[in-house]
Amino acid sequence: MDYTFFQNYWWFLVSLLGGLLVFLLFVQGGNALIMFLGKSDTERTMMVNSTGRKWEFTFTTLVTFGGAFFASFPLFYSTSFGGAYWLWMLILFTFVLQAVSYEFRNKAGNLLGKNTYHIFLTINGLLGPLLLGAAVATFFTGSGFHIAKENVVNLANPIISSWDSAWHGLEELIGCCGQPASNWWNYVLGLAVMFLAQILGLLYYINNIDNEEFIKKCRKALKIETVLFLIFFLTFLVRTLLATGYAVDTQTLDTQTHEPTIYTLPYKYLHNFLEMPTVTVIFLVGVLAVLAGILLTIFKKGFKKGIWFSGIGTVLTVLGLLLCVGYNNTAYYPSTSDMQSSLTLANSCSSLFTLKVMSAVSLLIPFVLLYIFFAWRALDKKKITSQEMEGDGAKY
Amino acid sequence: METLIDWSRMQFAMTAIYHWLFVPLTIGLALIMAVMETIYVKTGKLFWRDTAKFWMKLFGINFAVGVATGLILEFEFGTNWSNYSFFVGDIFGAPLAIEGIVAFFMEATFVALMFFGWDKISKGAHLASTWLTGIGATISAWWILVANAWMQYPVGMKFNPDTVRNEMMSFIDVAFSPMAVTKFTHTVLSCWILGAVFVVGVAGWFLIKNRESKFALSSIKVAAVVGFVASILTIVTGDTSAKMVYKTQPMKLAAVEGLYDGGTDVGMVGFGIINPNKQPSDDQKSIYAELKIPYMLSWLATEDIHGFVPGINDILNGYTTPEGTTVLSAEEKMGKGRIAQQALSDYRVAKQANDKATMEQAKSILEENMPYFGYGYINDKTDLVPNVPLNFYAFRIMVILGGFFILLFIVLFLMSLRRKLEKQKWLHWIALLSIPLAYIAGQAGWIVAETGRQPWAIQDLMPVNAAVSDLAASDVKITFFIFLALFAVLLIAELRILCKAIKKGPKFSE
Repeated sequence: MDYTFFQNYWWFLVSLLGGLLVFLLFVQGGNALIMFLGKSDTERTMMVNSTGRKWEFTFTTLVTFGGAFFASFPLFYSTSFGGAYWLWMLILFTFVLQAVSYEFRNKAGNLLGKNTYHIFLTINGLLGPLLLGAAVATFFTGSGFHIAKENVVNLANPIISSWDSAWHGLEELIGCCGQPASNWWNYVLGLAVMFLAQILGLLYYINNIDNEEFIKKCRKALKIETVLFLIFFLTFLVRTLLATGYAVDTQTLDTQTHEPTIYTLPYKYLHNFLEMPTVTVIFLVGVLAVLAGILLTIFKKGFKKGIWFSGIGTVLTVLGLLLCVGYNNTAYYPSTSDMQSSLTLANSCSSLFTLKVMSAVSLLIPFVLLYIFFAWRALDKKKITSQEMEGDGAKY
Repeated sequence: METLIDWSRMQFAMTAIYHWLFVPLTIGLALIMAVMETIYVKTGKLFWRDTAKFWMKLFGINFAVGVATGLILEFEFGTNWSNYSFFVGDIFGAPLAIEGIVAFFMEATFVALMFFGWDKISKGAHLASTWLTGIGATISAWWILVANAWMQYPVGMKFNPDTVRNEMMSFIDVAFSPMAVTKFTHTVLSCWILGAVFVVGVAGWFLIKNRESKFALSSIKVAAVVGFVASILTIVTGDTSAKMVYKTQPMKLAAVEGLYDGGTDVGMVGFGIINPNKQPSDDQKSIYAELKIPYMLSWLATEDIHGFVPGINDILNGYTTPEGTTVLSAEEKMGKGRIAQQALSDYRVAKQANDKATMEQAKSILEENMPYFGYGYINDKTDLVPNVPLNFYAFRIMVILGGFFILLFIVLFLMSLRRKLEKQKWLHWIALLSIPLAYIAGQAGWIVAETGRQPWAIQDLMPVNAAVSDLAASDVKITFFIFLALFAVLLIAELRILCKAIKKGPKFSE
């Protein structure tokens, strides 16, 4: 097992965590609908308690995703987080709003009133997935940055990763200030993720809440959300398949950096799918499973297991997309202004030793997933009902 | 005018201080309520279940904010300290990732079972969940303190000129560094003390109000034992911490003591008033009205009352220990730092030209001078002196309060044994008023740990001004105020909710 193996292994793990994170964004998706779908106080309480028993998984997966990325691809961490500062700060801000809202919303003395906390949950529910989706879209659309490791000894200005735009990440969202129009594509994936999160939220409610009237509303909303999701998802997919991507030529070293040359290649992502059938299968199975979960829920009466089909489908779809952008000699975090600064698995990863140590730690992951599975099952055995919400037991 | 460094430091300090308002109570209360639930499972008395449930309710109100601010802290390494993240990410990222995989999931999974599992899982499984929530929080403390300890005392790595970063050589050295062990034990014990003070304080309030006296006295009994044991043990861990600082960060120790001219037979300042105008190498007195314990500092640092402890001037000007070891002056270290940095430059140029001989030569110069790499960024040797008054006072506040807690718990523990607690109104008041003191003590400890190591982001390797991200000061200034406003609102809400929940009191089913 050589260095490349461990780089690929860690890209796989980071991609898997990314997939799990998007699946767990059902918490955000569900919350985004609190004000729109929950008409009575009991309905809103059921919704908040349903996602509220799972929010920490999403949160923890986000933290672990960050930590794992840091440990395995530190140059990405230092470049993207320090560069696209505002984008990441906005994401963090909305997640802080969310974390407190569950516990505070229904408590006496909560200062801002229940509705404000519902608004907080909604803000995070809408913006969290949108911004995370936009951040991931930059893996395909690129960002303007330069990397100069030599600068570490430039005493006047010891900056290793520098970001072109003074907007520091806001330019990823606002396609202005001389930035390429490709930034608008960040919204397209952002919106696709946002609607997917809401679909997953609805499917989770259908599975987790035992209240016929409410479930009926969820099923109705599901149809609209699905149409919106498909529009944005397919648009982004087609764009990606037709797009010129960033490829790595491992045979030719760049004269300046003495590292493999990065160049643009038309239809790079399409090539990647064609050249990596396993990744394509993962991706296609994922998309089909997402659709199967939705369609079965819409058309099969009483079907409540849609979340599992679409949830696992989401994990696989995201996994497939991220593997496509990272594997097969692709620059996964392209620089639009200095192509040779683009990040590849090889030029941004940790040392072989660190990757090996972390790989040993990663063997614990199945064990972690196992106890999460049992805990989840124990909690969801009894579905949430309006009686429980009006009762005396522990609830938000 | 504040610079980018100032705002970046302020933002990180604010997030860390705010985070540390919630974490110690999570870790401390977790232990106490787990003990209470264990008593319930052992005795079958519903009283103990309901008592544990009351503290769990307060735990829950406190928990979410700690989790939320932890997320920001982790990402701030990347957003605000980009150079740092690259330069040592190969080592520093690992503990953060392990913290997520090993600890956070455990905490997140079992905290949900603990809150919502009462009627869904068995008694034993619920008890296990409560313990695992606390254990998860404590393991998480281990890994984040491994990361922090590594910044204070970087071990187990080597600089790689090809990748221009430090790379891990020994995971064991990083994960079980003596600094990490010391930090972990001292910090977790301080959390237990805070949890115990919180419980006796809140219980004291009930006694003052003549409410729920059985509940209050029983809670104090458990908390007093935890607090008593923890505060006695902190004497040991505090002592180990001091020795560790003496060995690895002598400048921090000198700053904490306001000690400019060191020597042998050094006493420890019990209290005094620091002269804020004192500069290294001037003739001004450094501390007025000092109350000194003779030989104490020498003994604390070296286990020998005649031991040598260097002062700020000694460290800046260089010194020779009584054993004959010569320590370089700051200027000599700065010179070596520049040599190391030049050697790295030369290495990179030679590598471009594929000049193997020059590369070898540059590499060996670099390796020889690498321990001083960070000094190459220092322009003025006085930049190496941390804020002396801040460290001096913060340390004394921590130690004096630590002593007070030992006393408090001895009294509470004995009174509780003799069943004399109920009538001692004065003691109930002291217990209640001690709650903010426990928070102040913990914050003071962190102020010493973090400002005492300035200017270093990584001791001797990278000062904060070389660690920062390429941002405008205004960017960080705006996020600082956004988060300040958010944190302030959430803190007020949290305190109000906490007070209301306490006023409502526990609910007993029998």
